[in-house]
Amino acid sequence: MSADQKIVIIGAGQAGGQAAVSLRQAGFEGTITMVGDEPAPPYQRPPLSKAYLKGKLDRERLFLKPLQFYEDSNITLQTGVSAQKIDRAAKTVALSDGETLDYDTLIIATGSRPRALPLPGAESSNVFDLRTLSDIDVLKPNVQEGRRLLIVGAGYIGLEAAAAARELGLEVTVLEMADRVLARVTSPVMSEFYEKLHETHGVTIKTGAMLAELQTQDGAVTAGVLKSGDVIPCDLVLVGIGILPNEEIASEAGIACKNGILVDRDARTNDPSVYAIGDCAHRPLVHYGRDGRLESVHNAIEQGKIVAAHIMDAKRPVEDVPWFWSDQYDVKLQIAGLSQDYDEAVVRGEPTTNSFAVFYFRSGRLISVDAVNAPAEFLTAKRLIAANADISPELVVDQTKTMKDILAEAMAGQK
Amino acid sequence: MVKIIYADHSGTEREVDANIGESVMEAAVRNNIPGIDADCGGACACATCHVYVDPEFLPKTGEQEAMEQSMLDFADGVQENSRLSCQISVSAELEGMKVTTPESQH
Ligand SMILES: Cc1cc2nc3c(=O)[nH]c(=O)nc-3n(C[C@H](O)[C@H](O)[C@H](O)COP(=O)(O)OP(=O)(O)OC[C@H]3O[C@@H](n4cnc5c(N)ncnc54)[C@H](O)[C@@H]3O)c2cc1C
Ligand code: FES
Repeated sequence: MSADQKIVIIGAGQAGGQAAVSLRQAGFEGTITMVGDEPAPPYQRPPLSKAYLKGKLDRERLFLKPLQFYEDSNITLQTGVSAQKIDRAAKTVALSDGETLDYDTLIIATGSRPRALPLPGAESSNVFDLRTLSDIDVLKPNVQEGRRLLIVGAGYIGLEAAAAARELGLEVTVLEMADRVLARVTSPVMSEFYEKLHETHGVTIKTGAMLAELQTQDGAVTAGVLKSGDVIPCDLVLVGIGILPNEEIASEAGIACKNGILVDRDARTNDPSVYAIGDCAHRPLVHYGRDGRLESVHNAIEQGKIVAAHIMDAKRPVEDVPWFWSDQYDVKLQIAGLSQDYDEAVVRGEPTTNSFAVFYFRSGRLISVDAVNAPAEFLTAKRLIAANADISPELVVDQTKTMKDILAEAMAGQK
Repeated sequence: MVKIIYADHSGTEREVDANIGESVMEAAVRNNIPGIDADCGGACACATCHVYVDPEFLPKTGEQEAMEQSMLDFADGVQENSRLSCQISVSAELEGMKVTTPESQH
């Protein structure tokens, strides 16, 4: 890679930030320009629905690197500017401030955006998203003891916000269209556990609840009306009904997309000069023999490293088993692997103790674990899945054996 | 400011001015110390911030919670002086402490 090479990164988030750091670490000497439409430098989103929402973490502590780092590392960081159009023939990116950037290599790291609530009133002043630092900064002054909060959508982020809001003394109601919370991402055992956990902490959870209307007064929502006719008065609304990949800038430039920007194992799109990483990318999932889009910090960091390695002609880092975590109250969930298409689930431990793990199998192979306050189960499963180990459901639930014993036994059978 | 020294497995040392109240992991990340990736940002969920603490300072780094202990149980190359650096809060008592990053994190 010669020193006159120009790399442009669109999107200054977890993945883009990692790519820039990894490129410099790998000795890339050309120019790096990172363009981000948010005002902040790359930062971590996980605390937004956790410690930051609770006011327990300063803004600067969210940043992946201090601002000075970019200057010291000769990375040009343009914040508050969005990339508007890619011209692949001319190898340029047009920016919202009128500037045009030339590139030799382009990395698209545009992340994803919250799905909007498709109802009149969704634009009201007291309806909030949970995606960016600015979202939380405008939300926070409204999060006050005694207020009634209506959360639409019971995914991990919505439930984390529910937990934080309870800790801050709000009255919280969570609406979920499906017949259980977390229906899209986990098993009924886990859904039941989280429903009970939140109910114990005073959250009202309504499943099978279709929001039909938002009642407003003076530009603010005053109540949500369900299809059933139930009216839920509220002072503020949080929307967490999923996210959409920011792929348009790629698709409009003729780059192949399908629920995300299509990339190969090296994070390259169908244009060899263009890469896509993080939430916006649809990538090979090597442990599962299929493609998919992941929405996690692990994925953003991993693809940031992969892209840097490929550009620098270095060995591709070994892909880790996808993993994720979620903190609610004093419960830490760690997920290894993808459980979507499991055909058998077994539980190790007892959910009522707040420490247990659900192991998921498909055609007799371990594919995933949801570990609740159970790091040993999480780390063991992560290794077993990575090794594609032959392990039976009977063995993982055998509590006469420690996870260390189980790991050793399964790995011994590997050879 | 509290001086913390980060050594890698080959013995190369880097000195950092850490702020009281931040974690030993955060001070490392701010200063671009190699070998402390801290993927989960201090949530005690990833174990990529594993360090060996100068035994003399170990008692001053505070109690380990059960979560950290279990994570360390499964980390590569654990020793008696292993800690997750995101779980150590910088205090004046830690002035001059040396922590070493395991080879597997490089
Ligand atoms: C509240 C919340 C909690 C979360 N908690 C967890 C958790 O506990 N564990 C976990 O693993 N993951 C969690 N996640 C998910 C994780 O944060 C994301 O998967 C990760 O941030 C994805 O990184 P990214 O770089 O792909 O996208 P982002 O971090 O979103 O960065 C993309 C950036 O690109 C910008 N952008 C988009 N289009 C343009 C353009 N045209 N021009 C310029 N800039 C553009 C965006 O505004 C954004 O700043 C959470 C996410 C949220 C929102
Ligand atoms: S940073 Fe992830 S465990 Fe310390």
